[in-house]
Amino acid sequence: MTTGAPGPLAGVRVLELCDERGAWAGKLLADAGAEVVKVEPPEGDATRGYPPFAGDVPGSARSLYFWHYNTSKRGVTLDLGQEAGRALFLRLADASDILIESQPPGRMAELGLDYPDLAPSNPGLIMVSITPFRRHGPRADEPATDLTLLAGGGPAWNNGYDDHTLPPVRGGGNQGYHTGCHYAVMSVLAALLYRDVSGEGQHIDVNMHAAANVTTEAGSYTWLVARQTVQRQTGRHAGVNLTQPTQVLCADGRYVNTGIPPRRPHEFKRVHEWLVTLGLLESFPLAPLLEAGMERERIDLSRLAEDSELAAIFGAGREAFDFIASHVDAYEFFSGGQARGFQVGIIYSPEEVLGDPHFVARGFPVEVEHPELGRAFTYPGAPYHMPKSPWRIRRRAPLLGEDNDAVFGALGLSPVELEELRAKNVIS
Amino acid sequence: MAALSHLRICDFTGQLAGAGATKFLAAMGAQVIRIEDPTNMGRWDILRGLPPYVDERRGINLGGAFNNHNVGKLGITLNLRTERGKELLRQLIAVSDVVSENFAAGVLDRWGFSYEAMCAIRPDIIYVSNCGFGHDGPYRDFKTWGPIVQAMSGLTFSSGLPGQPPAGWGYSYMDHTGAYYMAIAIMLALRHRNVTGEGQWVDLACTEAAATLNGPALLDFTVNGRPLRRPGLPNANRSDSPPMAPHGIYPAAGEDNWIAIACRHDGDWLALEGVAAEPWVADPAYATVAGRLQRQDELDAHVAAWTGTKDRFELAARLRAAGVPATAVQRPSERIDDDPNTAAWGLWPEVHHTEMGCVRVDGLPVHFSKTDWTMTRGAGCLGEHNAEVFGGILGLGAAEMDQLHAEGVI
Repeated sequence: MTTGAPGPLAGVRVLELCDERGAWAGKLLADAGAEVVKVEPPEGDATRGYPPFAGDVPGSARSLYFWHYNTSKRGVTLDLGQEAGRALFLRLADASDILIESQPPGRMAELGLDYPDLAPSNPGLIMVSITPFRRHGPRADEPATDLTLLAGGGPAWNNGYDDHTLPPVRGGGNQGYHTGCHYAVMSVLAALLYRDVSGEGQHIDVNMHAAANVTTEAGSYTWLVARQTVQRQTGRHAGVNLTQPTQVLCADGRYVNTGIPPRRPHEFKRVHEWLVTLGLLESFPLAPLLEAGMERERIDLSRLAEDSELAAIFGAGREAFDFIASHVDAYEFFSGGQARGFQVGIIYSPEEVLGDPHFVARGFPVEVEHPELGRAFTYPGAPYHMPKSPWRIRRRAPLLGEDNDAVFGALGLSPVELEELRAKNVIS
Repeated sequence: MAALSHLRICDFTGQLAGAGATKFLAAMGAQVIRIEDPTNMGRWDILRGLPPYVDERRGINLGGAFNNHNVGKLGITLNLRTERGKELLRQLIAVSDVVSENFAAGVLDRWGFSYEAMCAIRPDIIYVSNCGFGHDGPYRDFKTWGPIVQAMSGLTFSSGLPGQPPAGWGYSYMDHTGAYYMAIAIMLALRHRNVTGEGQWVDLACTEAAATLNGPALLDFTVNGRPLRRPGLPNANRSDSPPMAPHGIYPAAGEDNWIAIACRHDGDWLALEGVAAEPWVADPAYATVAGRLQRQDELDAHVAAWTGTKDRFELAARLRAAGVPATAVQRPSERIDDDPNTAAWGLWPEVHHTEMGCVRVDGLPVHFSKTDWTMTRGAGCLGEHNAEVFGGILGLGAAEMDQLHAEGVI
């Protein structure tokens, strides 16, 4: 994935005016080869102050949050509170194919930088606005964070434990923001393909609350279709009807997901063989039931309630998974189960993914140079393999105002003019 | 005018991880031709006959989830075990921009439709495959579904509370999000083709797409050597990056009622003080975020005792009026039927399905000023659009189609 071939968005110019809500969208476009210019205020984007920091030393160039969300972008600073700053922004927008912004509703219009201000001189511009609840209309001005988007928008209702005295859980990793950004990127690309055939740009409104609402799987459609409400369950799908546990603690202290237990004769045979291979058959008390499962046809789950023998056989398959898991480490359970055709998985902590042999073999962890620190660091890599126009982190996140000279110089500003702008704190 | 009405997708996707991708493209106007197997009654996609159902009827055309994920697509049947079926697929590929599938790795290849074989039919074809571990690497033959993808990528682990097992997500977040990445990959490849004229095979591994979504946690490990697997973590309802407190999901009056509150900064804390009027909010130890973080367990206990007797909607509205991000944890009925935002947005369009009738589905959370999305037609019944596709697009006559039907090809 370190090939120098251009990405699929090579030559596409993107202007980004995003806070924490929209930076992921800019990163996805930048890693796909677009020339993304991130505009920050002269004091820097707020996320430069978010921990964790490299070496736990705070600093505008040391936030790992900022590093993660801003790879492959160029960085400039502009004080949009000053007329000269807004004038420069207009020139940047005129030279852009795409403007992606996540300012509070109304802010772009106040600045005179909204779509109606930009489109007359650049009719091909695709402008995308990412807001928590949309730009106008009911709830548009409500404050929100990743937590409240996921809690109010549906995902948290699905997510938690069998014990409902424990609260619903927000999934980790900023997925409320990510989901809005995924829709922003999908929409930008659809608009770009339309522009390729029509020459026309347009404005796109992305509603993050709505994005969470349509990313809940059965949570929404069970209500829409049947007016039933799903209930959360530990580590498995929230459902109208409760299901059996699927997470088991392995001998090494890690959990595995045991997936779907055996139902067919050959599956019982494989579990039986697995126990034999591990030398555990003698100590597994339900082995005779597994043998019974090997001798009969596929288990019809709808008959479990009325057929206690069938239920015992089915239960023994599940017990065998739990028994094996509790005797081996998680990786052995995963690789042994998958090799026998069972859809099982290790519940990895995020960092453990980077050391897994499969992801290493596919080149998922990538090294990104940090010249300012004199070394490279490992980053998560390609979300897809696209050989003729590869995904690639082209550079680490920009230092504050790092590309001011290059980007504003390309607009035709002379070094003297840049100095004047610096003196007036329009740029840093 | 639709954004993608100039594009045709030869679509083998199913479930949600694949079908969700072409649902987006269809809503944007692409002609999505969804191919199913007549010999197993379309059961490549288990959702076809599974609940929820609109009424007492059951059957392969009546699955509510299937309808939700396949609105606006054309449904055809084609028996690829027959030579004539393969020939018809070759004709369809010749007039398609994209072939999309989310079978286990290698299935299309075994039918004789490897990427190379498809290139021989149409040199600039775009082929996008989507499976759990991708088409190469040690686990290429391993099987997954949403919960396994989430487990292997770190997303299940990071969703949990201290002292508890992983909570998981409670649904296949990565079926949705894998579909989003598949749609992105398809459109990126189309853009590359527009510029260069060349197609390509995109290999999407859902586990890898998922592993990019862990936020800065991965860098905290690779740069600082600090794993997320450490005592007291994860605590998904708290926020370390940026640091916020109080930040959590707290009990409210009534059964299984909860309220989420996020104090982003000291300004939000002052605003919360104005709403709470409780003795503990005046404690100077809580005046700064550093102080609140230091005593977060104790602070959370205060907040929970306070919220526990309150109506979650009323309290959230009071907090928001003061400027503090807060919301009731909404049940499906509340966010779908009672939320003025989703209603005004038109988020739950009603589509017409030939057998189910009018059904509401998940719409899209975006609006385009010129080429907005539409969803009006439900998922195709099995083979519902055979005549439209084999007759209208491939030019077969009625008698020929009758014969194909009689021979079990369609």
